[in-house]
Amino acid sequence: MLETVISIVFAMIGLSLLLNVWRLLLGPSIPDRILALDTMYINTIALIILYGMSMGTALYFEAALLIAMLGFVSTVAVCKYLLRGDIIE
Amino acid sequence: MAEWIISILLLIGGSFVLVGSIGLVKMPDFFMRLHGPTKATTLGMASLLTAAMIFFSTTHTGFSVKEILISLFLLLTAPISAYMMIKAAIHHKLESIERTKGIDNIEDDV
Amino acid sequence: MRLETRFKWLPAPLMSLVLFIVWLVLNNSLSSGHIFLATILAIVIPLVTSPFRTKQPIIIKPGLALRHLALVLYDIITANVQVAILILGPTKKLTPGFVKVPLDLTHSLPITILASTVSLTPGTVSAEVYPWRESLSEGEKLEQQFLLIHVLDLKDEQALIKMIKQRYEAPLKEMFQC
Repeated sequence: MLETVISIVFAMIGLSLLLNVWRLLLGPSIPDRILALDTMYINTIALIILYGMSMGTALYFEAALLIAMLGFVSTVAVCKYLLRGDIIE
Repeated sequence: MAEWIISILLLIGGSFVLVGSIGLVKMPDFFMRLHGPTKATTLGMASLLTAAMIFFSTTHTGFSVKEILISLFLLLTAPISAYMMIKAAIHHKLESIERTKGIDNIEDDV
Repeated sequence: MRLETRFKWLPAPLMSLVLFIVWLVLNNSLSSGHIFLATILAIVIPLVTSPFRTKQPIIIKPGLALRHLALVLYDIITANVQVAILILGPTKKLTPGFVKVPLDLTHSLPITILASTVSLTPGTVSAEVYPWRESLSEGEKLEQQFLLIHVLDLKDEQALIKMIKQRYEAPLKEMFQC
């Protein structure tokens, strides 16, 4: 049963990634695109955790943690660039 | 038993993540779009990671609590990135839809 | 509001606790070696980094803080369900709005916590805190700070402001005693 559920959730998250790509391409403004990228990295964490579950290994945990940290820092950096025209003043 | 709990948590998490992304596409202006991802994804990710935690605790030897760290991290950082994004949007003077109340309350002082 | 802890060798007790727990959770073990290493890290890192950090207010009532945390977690779950229903429902009926909430808190750490709680709970995202302390000229006194929030579906503005002030701001005020 678990395998079926995991594939259903894979499909759900794949669909939401597609919706994010749609918003990323459509825009219309730069903050919209940043928001789409921000949602995308969160969904990617979900995807990696699910992949680890379907493979039955806990190895992918570190990758997910790294994506979470780098994604947050990059969102803040891009927003800071939009606000000030500079990242480190 | 554990399998049932994992399946239910996974389905809840997946649907919340999906709802967040639907909100991202469906809403008419940036400020309304922001609500979907910041809320729906935090709970969605929390239940997905709880499912992963139970899964690895039952199938592998020993107890696994590492996944809590990711959900805590996301819970802490989601408001901050939302704040940064809404500040960038206000600074760029993005249009909000006409029926928005209290637009005069915005003061941009970056 | 109290800024200093009672112990010299433990400048940030909460940070030490978090470091200790995170180290053990990351390694996923409770062996004596890891506990020893976590203790060393939890004592050394706050001591070494304390010159770089500005003094933050200390939670005076930890029991109240835990109860407030439980309340906020409960609110996050209900908020998520509410927002999910709002998102899936018809978009045309939603009336978004910007609301200005006057703040009683003065220090930046409690204000940050309040803004984060508001962002995580029902249909609201905090957008801005103004006027900025940095934007004032020399000698000018800060009169009253406001928190600007964006609401997904604004029904009653006064009730919302009252709810935020009572439910989230009052416990914070009591917990930091400021």
